Amino acid sequence: MMITAQVSSKKRIVLRAENVWKSYDDGAIAVLKGVTFEVAEGQTIALCGPSGCGKSTLLHLFGGLDSPDRGRVSVNSVEINGQRNMLRLLRHEIGFVFQLHNLIPDLTLQENCLIPAVAAGTDRRTALMRLEQLAERTGLSHRLGQRIQKLSGGERQRTALCRALMNKPKILLADEPTGSLDERSSGAVFDLLLETVATEGVTLVMATHDRGLAARCDQVLEMHDGRIREPEFIG
Amino acid sequence: MIFLKLILTNLRRHRIRTFISIAGIAFSVAAMLTVVTILQGAIGMFSGILSSDSEIIVFERNVSDLFFSNVPAVAVAEIGSWPIVAHADPVLFGIVSSADHPIITCFGVTAADARIRKATWVAGDRAKFAQHADDVVLGERAAEFMSATLGSQVQIGHAVFHVIGILKTANGFEDGGVFMPLSSAQSFFHKEGSSSVITIKLRNKDDAATFKSMIKAKYPNLIGLEDAEFNRSYSQFRILKATAWAVGGCGLLLGGLGVANTMIMSVFTRIREIAILRVNGFSNTQIAAMIFGESAVVSVLGAFAGLLIGTCFLFLLKLVPALHGYIDVAIQPVVLLIVVVLALLTGIAGALYPAVYAMRIRAVEALRFE
Repeated sequence: MMITAQVSSKKRIVLRAENVWKSYDDGAIAVLKGVTFEVAEGQTIALCGPSGCGKSTLLHLFGGLDSPDRGRVSVNSVEINGQRNMLRLLRHEIGFVFQLHNLIPDLTLQENCLIPAVAAGTDRRTALMRLEQLAERTGLSHRLGQRIQKLSGGERQRTALCRALMNKPKILLADEPTGSLDERSSGAVFDLLLETVATEGVTLVMATHDRGLAARCDQVLEMHDGRIREPEFIG
Repeated sequence: MIFLKLILTNLRRHRIRTFISIAGIAFSVAAMLTVVTILQGAIGMFSGILSSDSEIIVFERNVSDLFFSNVPAVAVAEIGSWPIVAHADPVLFGIVSSADHPIITCFGVTAADARIRKATWVAGDRAKFAQHADDVVLGERAAEFMSATLGSQVQIGHAVFHVIGILKTANGFEDGGVFMPLSSAQSFFHKEGSSSVITIKLRNKDDAATFKSMIKAKYPNLIGLEDAEFNRSYSQFRILKATAWAVGGCGLLLGGLGVANTMIMSVFTRIREIAILRVNGFSNTQIAAMIFGESAVVSVLGAFAGLLIGTCFLFLLKLVPALHGYIDVAIQPVVLLIVVVLALLTGIAGALYPAVYAMRIRAVEALRFE
């Protein structure tokens, strides 16, 4: 079954999974069982489902962090295979936000955000200009020199969002991005996330347990036992 | 800048571990520097004895040690008569013991020898050297440890000698040695009619090649080598140098293991961080560069600390009265360079496995790592 967003069929497909299978422990734990779906450019997609249903695994496959046992995963019509592809993806095409902020505690907010620019070899001036823009958008301009330990949970997650968008990726993969925040911070960060991806024209695929947040995406894909069910609704 | 901070961050986080690693490299470098410098100094002093006012050394071909070399007196006489030779001084080396001192180097020389002619005489008259068979001249340090003064009787080996002079020399071996008339030394060491080497001064230094050819043609069992050639080829020197570098190398190997241990721990404790860097686009090369950078910082700091410790230690050794004249603290630049380069290579070698391990970290698994 091919599941494709119906918002605009004219839009370009940026993410595609074709009959993707993935298991761990030499096949003992089957996580994905023939997942097939596509995401069109600019869409916001929420992947919902119980823990262990394969949401995070699917995001990892799209980000090139893992490879499928069977099937094909492609980003912008290019199949992900091998280290070179992965580097290009992670440096220029995809940004990741995780449940835990995954920031480096000894570095300042600014330094954490600049890591993708360092990896990609972006010149410092350009990187700082980009950071200034993102920090302003996420309300972190006054906190740039702060160490991570001194930031609140919400600020940390906003920093992680800035870092993910540093190299202007066209796709943002978010794995429970508000999962570690309280309700109020969670709402604020998610508002910012949606606003930022809309402003930047970024495609968002987000794994979440929060049905309320999921409902604000263009489409919710329900995952169960390693498979994707029919779309619940299209925003 | 951020890359450098990523390198330094982990070193700052684990300050004690970093300090221990730097200390490991530092003490290894200090040990290597000390051992190599002392042995180079000893070799320099020994070759200094041989090259005192001479350019060429003649000795028996294929001997493993100059103490076993026999150069016949007839050869000394003939070589000394060659027109291109300014003077040919026979020297007989011997090792003896005296009361409380297991080893004393003896030099059997003629009165014309440069060591006698050009040394600073602290006591005695150089004109009296070699007038009697049982007369000896002591180096200043030898006189000190034998508690001898001018006119004393000293027991050397199985015989008693009369001290007719005390010499002051910068060379540790000579300063701690005993100078005997050549004939007395030949008799004492049962080497009548021969010497260990002949030190040759040529009228014209450019005749060195001609001189060596003449030796080869006339005395096939002897060999003539210029001082620099001798220093390079003398097997004892080569053994000493190899030993010094081997001992120092072992020290550095231990230091390298310390670095390897630190770097492995460093990688293990930041697996999640390395995964984060990977997710943010760091390549294998960048990850490895970070690990190698970290070990390079440890190695460079260790090398400089080691050079400082080693140099101070050498100066302290030089102040020990018993070692006076034996320690040459003039550290050769090439030794410094080799020691620093070896320390860096050791650091890099120590970081090899950790770097490969870090490169193999799979972000997806490491991000689950707590």
